[in-house]
Amino acid sequence: MPQIVVEGLGKQYRVAERKAGTLGALGGLFRRNYCMVDALKGVSFNIERGEVVGYIGPNGAGKSTTVKVLAGILVPDAGRCEVNGRVPWRERIEHVRRIGVVFGQRTQLWWDLPVIESFELLRDIYRVEEAAYRKTLDELVTRLNLGAILDTPVRQLSLGQRMRCDLAASLLHAPELLFLDEPTIGLDAVAKLAVRDFLRELNHAHGVTVLLTTHDMDDIEALCSRVMVIGEGRILSDGTLDGLRAQVSSERRLIVDLERENGSFEQDGVTVERREGHRVFLRFDPRKVPAAELIGRIASRHAVRDLFVENLPIEEIIRRLYERIPA
Amino acid sequence: MSNALRLYRRFLGISLRAQMEYRASFLMQSLGNFLITGVEFLLIWALYDRFGQVPGWSLAEVALLYGLVNTSFPIAEVLSYGFDAFGSTVKAGEFDRVLLRPRSLVLQLIGQRLALKNVGRFLQGLAVLSFALSGLSFDWSAAKVLLILLALVGGVALFFGLIVLQATLAFWTTESLEVMNTMTYGGAETAQFPLSIYPAWLRTFFIFVVPLGCVTYLPVLAVLDRPAPAGLPDAALLFAPGVAFVFLAVALRAFQFGVGHYTSTGS
Amino acid sequence: MKAYAAILSARFRTLLQYRAAALAGLACQVFFGLVRVAIYGAFYALSSGPQPMCFAEVVTYIWLGQGLLRMIPMSVDGEVRAMIQSGSVAYELTRPLDLYGLWFTRSVAGLSAPVLLRCLPLFLFAGIFMGMQPPSSWEAALACAAATCCGLLLSAAMVTLLTITLLWTVAGDGITRLALITVWTFSGIVMPLPLFPEWLQPVLKILPFRGLMDTPFRLYLGHIPPGEALPFFLHQLAWTLALVALGRWLLSRGMRRLVVQGG
Repeated sequence: MPQIVVEGLGKQYRVAERKAGTLGALGGLFRRNYCMVDALKGVSFNIERGEVVGYIGPNGAGKSTTVKVLAGILVPDAGRCEVNGRVPWRERIEHVRRIGVVFGQRTQLWWDLPVIESFELLRDIYRVEEAAYRKTLDELVTRLNLGAILDTPVRQLSLGQRMRCDLAASLLHAPELLFLDEPTIGLDAVAKLAVRDFLRELNHAHGVTVLLTTHDMDDIEALCSRVMVIGEGRILSDGTLDGLRAQVSSERRLIVDLERENGSFEQDGVTVERREGHRVFLRFDPRKVPAAELIGRIASRHAVRDLFVENLPIEEIIRRLYERIPA
Repeated sequence: MSNALRLYRRFLGISLRAQMEYRASFLMQSLGNFLITGVEFLLIWALYDRFGQVPGWSLAEVALLYGLVNTSFPIAEVLSYGFDAFGSTVKAGEFDRVLLRPRSLVLQLIGQRLALKNVGRFLQGLAVLSFALSGLSFDWSAAKVLLILLALVGGVALFFGLIVLQATLAFWTTESLEVMNTMTYGGAETAQFPLSIYPAWLRTFFIFVVPLGCVTYLPVLAVLDRPAPAGLPDAALLFAPGVAFVFLAVALRAFQFGVGHYTSTGS
Repeated sequence: MKAYAAILSARFRTLLQYRAAALAGLACQVFFGLVRVAIYGAFYALSSGPQPMCFAEVVTYIWLGQGLLRMIPMSVDGEVRAMIQSGSVAYELTRPLDLYGLWFTRSVAGLSAPVLLRCLPLFLFAGIFMGMQPPSSWEAALACAAATCCGLLLSAAMVTLLTITLLWTVAGDGITRLALITVWTFSGIVMPLPLFPEWLQPVLKILPFRGLMDTPFRLYLGHIPPGEALPFFLHQLAWTLALVALGRWLLSRGMRRLVVQGG
């Protein structure tokens, strides 16, 4: 049985309609109109143990609503949801004991305390056995390179250091399942890489299931074997990154560096995206024009210094997918 | 249970150290609180100075009421900071984190901080209480000592309950503080006078709805060997403080209901 | 000027959203009005000697106080406090507005919106059922209204000043709480100022706090004849100007400190 089973999840929020102007606001004291907003409209998916799943979608698409339901802090209006065979919101304490949650925007550490004291407090909160705690802590300290900052108060940490500590904090009780909400937000490139490397190792070494929401497509490319895209409360796409590409567009990009700046590339199945000096960006569909054929043709007509083929950047794919969502 | 106690001790230690991080501010707060009670006392004194005494109640007897309220209320405040500051916890989205931890919500909220700044008020209340007890000439008995202790503990439960109710409002409105602050502080102010000065409907309110009278006025009547107010059997005076625990239980129930609302609306 | 009007109206609309808070606040104010009336009723019932105010006047004074309760500084501006604590207050400097003016305007809105909402129903209730008296004359009513407006400005100056002190004592609210209690005690809301001991009266006359409640209320009651109101207005305005000047000076020092430290 999959570790996470979600079937037809639905959630509506009631939102007060505001009237314009001070008079309208005064009127709102006496009568208020509400409208229902669908945050989730029948979301279904399964996640197996040990999977690393990226969960992406534009702001307001329903990502955090889903994660809140899975974490047991929000009760849905419709549908079924089981995590480790439990309904999260019915058995809150048993459920949350086995999951870890990291919010990139918010720390779960005690602001004024040295990091290690937050860890010890969490050990008591989660009732972790001393021996198990030692072992986990040692491993986390090594892997996340926390040794030098354990005694520093949290408010003095840099964002990257803080995120590493937050990751450790959410793993001290050795959860089987980890929810990450934008874990790399605001981090510099080095810190991002550190977080990604750590998550990959964690998944390999302990088989921890990871559900990752992010706006950073590099996170997805680096970590996720599977991507779910949500928009307007529905799952728009669920599968591998390559599958997602194929679903949205099979186009590739050919970049050509020419000896001279001019030259025409008009031909079937190829569009000129843009030119930058000697460099020309072409988009083509390999099903209509095989790459080898196209390259041969261009090389025979132009003085080519260099050329290379690449996939459409994942951002581009996602942008196109989002654009299809009815507003 | 033992683990819960251990956790609470750890929470306390952390809270103390965190408060010591801002030592100057902590000292200012304690001093502020101490002076505040001084100002309050000035007001009561001014009232007595101008008008003389409440009929049938000597200054020492009124001091007993004042002392009871001002020892139990600050203890409740020390313990209940997590509920007192609950509005901002919810507003900042931090309550999600509390829900994500495998522990009872009440334990976590009590452990959030030990608000030591209220110690000033407690000391002042204690001083007035001992002044009252030494100034009064009544027959001491074990039962009376027990009753006074019960009234104190009941008072803590009652004020704690009021603060829990205040926290509960935060699930529905982000501007809850004002109302319940008037309820807690106003209630404390009201209970400093003998209930006999209030009109009947207010007496009923403070005995049966927000049972402040059950932890101050009624047990004090029993300690002073006075009869129960009309309509109540004398034995009721002895059991009155127990009502506060019922009140606290109801308040905690209401809080749980609020949690249910929170998890179903996500706001 | 237009910018301030916009801030005022935006704040108003925000505050008007809290319907439940408004209703509950109203109920609370009525309730504690009743409690206070009961307390003074009991004391007046047993006092035989002459008092500076008769009981009916005290009742009116109490209800006026409950109606205008929210005009008294209750707390500092919560949003500004959050900005100061998070350090984002430095961004406020980038706005093309005078920061003091901005905060002062926010305070004016925060203090007047709840009062405007609640005082009418409360006065109606108290006038019909609770024996609150009408103003002693038309002139008294006008003078009271003018003094209330001055009191509002004075109150906003106090709130703004307290908010500014947070630039120094970020984590603590010890000073603010102490200051607020002082304001409350000596404004007349807890106990009408004429009932304070005689020896304290000269001090109360000088302190700024009476301008918040006591001055308008005694004009309303006719304790101060409208013809003699001028020195009282001057007292309110002088204190307002002094507090504004102090606030501005502190703010400029505080912000300089902030800029030097880099937040």
